[in-house]
Amino acid sequence: MIETKNIDFYYGNFQALKNINMKIGANTVTAFIGPSGCGKSTFLRLFNRMNDLIDDTRMEGQCIVDGKDIYNKSINIDELRKKVGMVFQKPNPFPKSIFENVAYGLKVNNMGDRRFIAQRVEESLKSAVLWDEVKDKLNKSALELSGGQQQRLCIARALAVAPSIILMDEPASALDPISTSKIEELIHQLKQQYTIVIVTHNMQQAARVSDTTGFFMLGELIEYNNTKKIFLNPDNEATQNYITGRFG
Amino acid sequence: MSKKVNQIIAFTIFRIFGLLVVAILFGILGFIVFNGIKVVNWEFLTTFPKDGMTSGGIFPAIVGTFYLIIGSLIFAFPLGVMSAIYTNEYAGNSWIVKFIRIMTNNLASIPSIVFGLFGMSLFVNKLNFGDSILAGSLTLGLLTLPLIIRTTEEALKAVPDGYRTGSYALGATKLQTIKRVVLPTAFPNIITGLILSVGRVSGETAPILFTAAAYFLPKLPSGIFDQVMALPYHLYVLATNGTDLEASRPMAYGTALVLIVIVLIVNLLASFLRGKLEKNKKNT
Repeated sequence: MIETKNIDFYYGNFQALKNINMKIGANTVTAFIGPSGCGKSTFLRLFNRMNDLIDDTRMEGQCIVDGKDIYNKSINIDELRKKVGMVFQKPNPFPKSIFENVAYGLKVNNMGDRRFIAQRVEESLKSAVLWDEVKDKLNKSALELSGGQQQRLCIARALAVAPSIILMDEPASALDPISTSKIEELIHQLKQQYTIVIVTHNMQQAARVSDTTGFFMLGELIEYNNTKKIFLNPDNEATQNYITGRFG
Repeated sequence: MSKKVNQIIAFTIFRIFGLLVVAILFGILGFIVFNGIKVVNWEFLTTFPKDGMTSGGIFPAIVGTFYLIIGSLIFAFPLGVMSAIYTNEYAGNSWIVKFIRIMTNNLASIPSIVFGLFGMSLFVNKLNFGDSILAGSLTLGLLTLPLIIRTTEEALKAVPDGYRTGSYALGATKLQTIKRVVLPTAFPNIITGLILSVGRVSGETAPILFTAAAYFLPKLPSGIFDQVMALPYHLYVLATNGTDLEASRPMAYGTALVLIVIVLIVNLLASFLRGKLEKNKKNT
């Protein structure tokens, strides 16, 4: 599904990622953990080329999604981002109605007529387990929702354009515990249909939601394995130290 | 002296100076209202000047000022907004953006009389528009351009980056992102900039002195190549150039009052509109 080969990444002269090789399978949840500044978010943003928006950055190596090198010149970035959705750390609904937020991706990509969009909005909100809370106020501003609801709206917004992969960059770090557990439940459900990659600072969260975990430190992928294995019996001492809270 | 007394003294001094500003404003307004209110009535607003401008009204000057406001905004608003979109959304932080910003600031600091001179030589003479609404509007447009660019840039900067990245992440192009998310979000603030420039345009005299304004016209302009009367210039004429200065003094105060009230109404309209737009945004 996703495969990276010898990825190096630079912010100016600073090398943020060093020779990363990884394979992520379809319909799994993969968690990236590691101390702040270890490169895990940078690595995540490679998969939908969001790093392109940052000035003075450079990547070497290959990043292959569904058999295609997404850094090849022939790749249409808008199409890629439709296929690889993203949810951000801070909920960022547009200052539009709830309906318009979910419909946004469909409209900018010219996906279907009004009936199709209305139907798709409803399905997406249902998939994001938000429908029951908002079905009576679809025309109200998304900014009136609570933080947790906003984040689920952002997930619904990402689901609407029918991606196959969803990237989540610390999706629950700005939320309260109840909202967090809702997001985690949602990740469990979404796994049936989507490939999910999640960056998290919260190790319990990584242990709870993911099948596979990658531990990053100083731009290197230190250990990448089955989540159980990583948390119960890691091969690497640094991983052991990190998950037991001895640093980071 | 104890620290506390020091605090109180400092606070009092700052407060006095703060209030002083308000006092100055009210002093000027009070003076104009007191002297002008006597002549302002329906006839004053709706008729032409009479008897060598010592009686009658200022109708053509009011109309002329509105023409100049609208004319200048037609030029300056699209140009300014598009320029700000370029510098803020497209150009990144390259040298060309820095250059454009410095030049915009320089443009803003050019004295308005110089704009008048430039407008005269380019629009009136070179392009042969003559003393006209067109030439005056273009000159005033140039004058307000930096203001519109700067307020639009501020408005665009105030749009959270999360909106942009969120839009890109859904496969939207840059243009779609600007059109569908950035501009609608920034719109209330952009409108504020527009209104500020209306205030500026309606009060400027120097730029229209050589490009558009007429001493006296017996009828309203019939096209964009006609001269117009305008409130600030009319005020200048009444105060310094009339046939009988003593007799036209009350007319001058009346004109000043009308000018101030127009600017005030425009500003109030702006804050009302802005409040409404922001409320709409929350409710839709």
